[in-house]
Amino acid sequence: MFKIILRRVLVAIPTLILVSLIVFLLQKLLPGDAVLTMAGEERDPAVLEFLRQKYLLDQPWPVQYWAWITNVLQGDLGNSLRTGVPVTTLIAQKLPVTLQLAAMAMFFAILVGVPMGIIAAVRKGTFTEMGANVAALSGMSIPNFWLGILLIMLVSVKWRLLPASGYVPPGEDFWLSMKTMLMPAVVLSSAIAAYLMRHTRSAMLEALNADYVRTARAKGVSSRRVVLLHALRNALMPIITLITLLFGELMAGAVLTEQVFTIPGFGKLIVDAVFTRDYAVVQGVVLCVAVGFIVMNLLADILYILVNPRLRHA
Amino acid sequence: MSTLPATTAAVTPPRSRNRAWRKFKRNRVAMMGAVIVLAMVVLAIFAPWLATHDPFQTSFMTIRKAPSATFWLGSDELGRDIYSRMLYGAQASLMAGVVSVAIAVVIGVPLGLISGYFGGWIDSIISRFTEALLAIPFLILAIALAAFLEPSLTNAMIAIGVSAAPRFIRLARGQVLAVRSEDYVQSSRALGASDTRIIVRHILPNIMPPLIVQATITIATAIIAEASLSFLGLGLQPPNPSWGSMLNTGKNFMTQAPWMSIFPGSAIFLVVLGFNLLGDGLRDALDPRQEK
Repeated sequence: MFKIILRRVLVAIPTLILVSLIVFLLQKLLPGDAVLTMAGEERDPAVLEFLRQKYLLDQPWPVQYWAWITNVLQGDLGNSLRTGVPVTTLIAQKLPVTLQLAAMAMFFAILVGVPMGIIAAVRKGTFTEMGANVAALSGMSIPNFWLGILLIMLVSVKWRLLPASGYVPPGEDFWLSMKTMLMPAVVLSSAIAAYLMRHTRSAMLEALNADYVRTARAKGVSSRRVVLLHALRNALMPIITLITLLFGELMAGAVLTEQVFTIPGFGKLIVDAVFTRDYAVVQGVVLCVAVGFIVMNLLADILYILVNPRLRHA
Repeated sequence: MSTLPATTAAVTPPRSRNRAWRKFKRNRVAMMGAVIVLAMVVLAIFAPWLATHDPFQTSFMTIRKAPSATFWLGSDELGRDIYSRMLYGAQASLMAGVVSVAIAVVIGVPLGLISGYFGGWIDSIISRFTEALLAIPFLILAIALAAFLEPSLTNAMIAIGVSAAPRFIRLARGQVLAVRSEDYVQSSRALGASDTRIIVRHILPNIMPPLIVQATITIATAIIAEASLSFLGLGLQPPNPSWGSMLNTGKNFMTQAPWMSIFPGSAIFLVVLGFNLLGDGLRDALDPRQEK
């Protein structure tokens, strides 16, 4: 078993290297002289020369990459080109905000998506299933920034129930923090819940058609027990895998949600960095998200190996 | 040798295509998707004739007017007609959807075919590269690319296309692996057909259905992605109308002029729903595994 896990970990390494290469090469897309773009208004030849030396821009790009990646591996993602603050400090400040948003959204998505998927599979061919399918398709099709705007108009402006924007750390005032984050989390969960519902439904349909379910039914096991104990247990693994895969979807959705609700998180950081042309921050955030995604995938696979008896004894 | 594929092409595919079409026609939800998509295409093409105002015409006399007989869907913060701007916005949205998916297909399908057909180290390299690209979420890669390439509709489409390409690499590769050992591939190889001929004439036509389904669904994703980029200010640049950027300004006037947000958002929702319904219907009609 450890051999399988070790092999899985080793496979992740080339992927990580490639991701870092892609993130590094992004800056090569910059039109014109990168130094001029980085220096902004500054046109002093000495400053330009200094920047060129600092970023090894007179060297071939593999040399530049090597210098960059050795720094990254030592936890140095460079400094913000605008404020001079280390990118790692910025990320450490913003990450908890986005993680809170993402965790709450995932909680709502699981709460709604998984039961809806189970019901749709059990009630196959009924109006209930059709309703669940339509709801899921709508959830996938509605742009979450628009849903956010509509909810603000209704819940905050018209009914004055919840704050329209901002962020309160949970350590400061737990309930207020939950209250401000409630609407953004619901908005962010809409698409995720839809994916979860559709996958739960198909995983459950497959499980319900399996031989062991027929056997259980033949033995006279109650319908509820068959669905919840026999079928769901087997459908659960692909669902858990999907939940980790949806991490990327959550991060992308968070960028838009944070923009609508002006939440000072990860997504707001990258968007603001794009507009101030703070490329070091953009690269740092992208790298961070990608590494997070790879690690999540790795954990999902290891979990899969640990709980699947067929792989455990291999 | 040359007559054999011709006869099979004449006999089998049309029959299965007819069956797929009949199945698709019976699926009312899928037909609804097709109608929505078709209606949007017509609106986009005939925008210049259907528009009641010049989409760029600003006027201080008509700032943020509510929907009325003159301004069917109201007017925006510069007094421009929202209905006319939305018609032109449909052009941008549909073009972004179709062009970026075309880019993704052109990059992804050949790489997937090569990867699955030849296997070995080429497959390993392409697969690792695909995994790396997939690790960066679609929208975040598109934002990063748009940031480094100057914001514009063209660059947004390139960015969306590149970030969607891995989906097609994965799909094409998997499909090739499934058909590579089929009899018709083996026999044409035995007859001495070249690799290119086998891939283009025998494998590609047989893996088309899932590719078409994936392309349709990806158009939906690409339209949302373009709207998102425009909403963030990284897509089509003002004053050109795009549904995403209309929402971006609309959100600043939520209380004074809700119509500025409601209508462009509904349009995005509707067209994306249309493509998703169409994609689902095509999958049911084309995928033999789904048959009951």
